[in-house]
Amino acid sequence: MIKKIHITCLLFLLLATSLMILEGPVTAEDAGDELVEFPVPPPPFSEGIFPCSNCHAGMEVNTTKRELEFHQNIKLKHFDGWCFDCHNPDDRDTLRLASGKVISFKESEFLCGQCHGTIFRDWKAGVHGKRTGMWNGRKEYRLCVHCHWPHAPRFKPIKPLPPPVRPDDIKYRKLRPEEIPSNPLEEILRGEKR
Amino acid sequence: MPGRDEKNNPGFRLIDRRGFLKGAALGLMSMALPHRSDASFWEGFFQKHFREMNSEEIREVIKRLEKEYKEKYKVDFNIKTTKPLPGVLFGYGLDISRCIGCRRCVYACVKENNQSRDPQIHWITVLRFRKGEKWVSNLEEADKYYYPDRVPEEGYFYVPVQCQQCENPPCVKVCPTQATWKERDGIVVIDYNWCIGCRYCMAACPYGARRFNWGEPRIRREEINPNVHYLGNRPRYRGVVEKCTFCIQRTREGRYPACVEICPVGARKFGNLLDPKSEIRYCIEKKRVFRLKEDLNTFPKFYYFFAI
Ligand code: HEC
Ligand code: HEC
Ligand code: HEC
Ligand code: HEC
Repeated sequence: MIKKIHITCLLFLLLATSLMILEGPVTAEDAGDELVEFPVPPPPFSEGIFPCSNCHAGMEVNTTKRELEFHQNIKLKHFDGWCFDCHNPDDRDTLRLASGKVISFKESEFLCGQCHGTIFRDWKAGVHGKRTGMWNGRKEYRLCVHCHWPHAPRFKPIKPLPPPVRPDDIKYRKLRPEEIPSNPLEEILRGEKR
Repeated sequence: MPGRDEKNNPGFRLIDRRGFLKGAALGLMSMALPHRSDASFWEGFFQKHFREMNSEEIREVIKRLEKEYKEKYKVDFNIKTTKPLPGVLFGYGLDISRCIGCRRCVYACVKENNQSRDPQIHWITVLRFRKGEKWVSNLEEADKYYYPDRVPEEGYFYVPVQCQQCENPPCVKVCPTQATWKERDGIVVIDYNWCIGCRYCMAACPYGARRFNWGEPRIRREEINPNVHYLGNRPRYRGVVEKCTFCIQRTREGRYPACVEICPVGARKFGNLLDPKSEIRYCIEKKRVFRLKEDLNTFPKFYYFFAI
């Protein structure tokens, strides 16, 4: 079974490549190793939390693992670590890699990529996570943290949109314009921001 | 089946032109055709096959359609006829290990592609299967009406199905009027002005991906997408067949399909199969991909895979 699948895929690729020789490929922009900056929307901070230095500048740094009296919404449910595996004690407005390299919140994927190498590779290729824009041109990526809350990263379940109407329930009736049902998409998108 | 609406279904006019139902039909024709004198109707009746028209003739048809749509929908449409891009063969990937069955793709497609809201038409159907269930051979028995409070649900997985854009499309072969065909970029298209609504293509499609307009399609005026392609999301007529075109109006201009952009989990991948650097080629080369009903030799360009 698997073997057959592979053979048909291969045949198809062969066909595709032969076509390519005839017409020349239209290449996507190099989303590979050379590309170091990935265009992304702004990080999804809660309102009023950034810049962190508004509070943390001049505040004592306490690196001990403990129950916090502030940031009560953060309960670590990730690997067995602590805030400063990711955050930078010397400048709270930035993140810090294991190598000591300081990065901005706009490129937090490099932080996650340290421990999730295969996923990071897929992400760069546009296969884990998602990209929007042009399939043959400029693309916008989504940060890992647009989909995964870094402190408890399991993807959260969401509300589905309605199922299709069953064939027996479809009525061929005359409708006044205001009776035409509207698309439920807009309403649900208004309620959530990812 | 509701009666035909001669006034709004130009496909009806084809009976004469293609000699389909020859003879017997001719007698009926003079009765069935409305006695209309307006030029637009008769121009439509004698419209050539889309692929046989020169650019001047296409421009004329587009002008006529824009006028018709304006009268009917009170909306200014921009009907494009963008050609396939050279060196492009479109392919689609769907990561079943990520899909959560939320149906946002279904309704983003409805919005982008002007599907009828009532009677309801959806080009994408999301099927739900129990984990561990034998399923690839069993698409017809899957549950498409699930509606829990939250998705994903424990113990289930989800498989969205839409037109698979076969390299070897059975639907095209059975069409008696050549109203549906495969374009050079691999998209299977339908000319709604040539479709006579016989639905042979629907019977031939192994994926149940084609939809029929049993009634007059209806959309709220403010929800109409006026940016359309002649072979894609332009308004349809009662009595014609429609289906997914990989968002031909977007993808031929380099944009991603609407379902790819809406997907909250990033399960949907799209690109040029001829470009070794495209995300779809990455999927095919690095993931375990398969296609639905491979044994039928339809060679879909819609690849399913499990990233994990
Ligand atoms: C409104 C003020 C305020 C803002 C804004 C704020 N913090 Fe804090 N943060 C605190 C306080 C107060 C504590 C100490 C809590 C405790 O000791 O129980 C703290 C503690 C922490 C700690 C625990 C380690 C330590 O130094 O005590 C981290 C890590 C942290 N904050 C990160 C951030 C980051 C990252 C941001 C910006 C995205 C941020 N904070 C924004 C007030 C703030
Ligand atoms: C796995 C790495 C990681 C760890 C561990 C971690 N953080 Fe974060 N944290 C991040 C990243 C990345 C962001 C940025 C999220 C974004 O872009 O919205 C963030 C955001 C925040 C914010 C802003 C949240 C908001 O509401 O927008 C605060 C506050 C914060 N972290 C505090 C902490 C504290 C306190 C700890 C320790 C208890 C901690 N973090 C542990 C990676 C981490
Ligand atoms: C220091 C290493 C490390 C870093 C940095 C790290 N992770 Fe993880 N992550 C892990 C480990 C180990 C696990 C598996 C164990 C667990 O789930 O706690 C994990 C699990 C996960 C999971 C699966 C959770 C589940 O329950 O299914 C997600 C999603 C995830 N990480 C996302 C991220 C994101 C996003 C970032 C960056 C903000 C990140 N990780 C940074 C080590 C790391
Ligand atoms: C568009 C949303 C999205 C983005 C962006 C995204 N992920 Fe995920 N990720 C998911 C979904 C959905 C799952 C599957 C979750 C589930 O099954 O519960 C997942 C699963 C994971 C897992 C669990 C292991 C697995 O393979 O299922 C890890 C680890 C992870 N992601 C890390 C990352 C990292 C690191 C990044 C950034 C480089 C990232 N993700 C970006 C949506 C996203």
